[in-house]
Amino acid sequence: MADETSTLTLPLDSWHRSHGARMVPFAGYSMPVQYEGIIAEHLWTRESAGLFDVSHMGQLIFRGENVDAELERLLPGDLIGLKDGRLRYSLLLNESGGIIDDLMATRRGDHFYVVVNGATKHGDIAAFREAGLEPEYLESQALLALQGPRAAEVLEGLAPGVSDLTFMQGGAFSLAGADAWISRSGYTGEDGFEISIPASAAEAVADTLLESELVKPVGLGARDSLRLEAGLPLYGHDLDEQTTPIMADLGFAISKRRRAEGGFAGAERILAEIENGSIQKRIGFTVEGRQPVREGARIIDSEGNEVGRVTSGGFSPSLQKPIGMGYVATALSAPGTALTLEQRGKLFPAEASATPFVLHRYHRKGA
Amino acid sequence: MSLHFTGEHEWIRLENGIATIGISDHAQQALGDIVFAEAPEGGRTLNKGDEAAVVESVKAASDIYAPCAGEVWRAIRRLPTIPRSSTAIRKAKAGFSR
Repeated sequence: MADETSTLTLPLDSWHRSHGARMVPFAGYSMPVQYEGIIAEHLWTRESAGLFDVSHMGQLIFRGENVDAELERLLPGDLIGLKDGRLRYSLLLNESGGIIDDLMATRRGDHFYVVVNGATKHGDIAAFREAGLEPEYLESQALLALQGPRAAEVLEGLAPGVSDLTFMQGGAFSLAGADAWISRSGYTGEDGFEISIPASAAEAVADTLLESELVKPVGLGARDSLRLEAGLPLYGHDLDEQTTPIMADLGFAISKRRRAEGGFAGAERILAEIENGSIQKRIGFTVEGRQPVREGARIIDSEGNEVGRVTSGGFSPSLQKPIGMGYVATALSAPGTALTLEQRGKLFPAEASATPFVLHRYHRKGA
Repeated sequence: MSLHFTGEHEWIRLENGIATIGISDHAQQALGDIVFAEAPEGGRTLNKGDEAAVVESVKAASDIYAPCAGEVWRAIRRLPTIPRSSTAIRKAKAGFSR
């Protein structure tokens, strides 16, 4: 049972409730899981614009001399080469190359702005401190996301200039009278923005965004189904400290220069896996029939041997069929490979699938 | 003929020795968007409290327990199509009978 006294509330808690949200405990917070319904909210985000409250996530600032080089001791991305106002997806790694968290790092003038997962933020802060870094936790910043193909036109009307941002770029704007850091990024596979504002301004900003009839509030339930369709892993489910970036098929997060130079936590193992492959690999899969196969289900081969586990599974509202992610022996990871899933004693024919399941529609530079 | 609600969100309607069993509107709303329902095969014997059916929402699977003992006569209906909204779902009753 959730301990009511230990459940934190979001800056928009009463806003969510007054907009009909069903609240559930998640990452230590009482959070909106849905408003009108997960499928409706999911499809709305794919066709218009969904407003998400992700204020549970950890917003951190790193300052100091050579802060980029300091961060590179833990993160395998090229941060020294990251231009001002640019974001990079990266991974906080332990000494054995396991993933402590996945995150977004932005160079913002003389410092780095880093967004980490809500459930892991305190552990991340401890891990950074242990490594000699001093993150400043922006506890009183709220984080909203506006995601979907109509997000840019909505936000451009309120914060002129945001539509000039390209995918993985951010900037400072004024939004509904508040100082906002807005980046063109998200967790749905759609074009969209993430908006960092003071918690005290969160209601005014959310109200202003919702004034557009193109915008509806979207809960955690649809956030999960959207990211699953987009093939994006969820920390604590698809990624954990036993998972390496190569196992997780996140090799793109290890920049070319870092592959050549090493010098990040777990580099020895990770560079060897880049060279020789990992034993297991994260894949996407589709399931025959209509019943979802969920986290924890076994993946077995034709002889009934366990070859992997499902780490995320659900029903795809866009594709109208069950999809999921899991880890399998690398030999079985090629798209099209026939797999069998076992859930509660029942067998489900499935097929390894390329991801994303639903194509990304990011606003890339030059596109 | 009367409709009885059980403690586990199922209802039973007894008629000529046949019990029609379903789940309450409240339970269906609590589950959220239902994307799959599986009713038991005809001929199966169930004791009270046995796992009789499964209802899957986008978020989670829920077991439906037999609210009484008996032999399954037939499944009335499986979800005919995957509903696209919660409104459609409430009309598509996940019911089974014996």
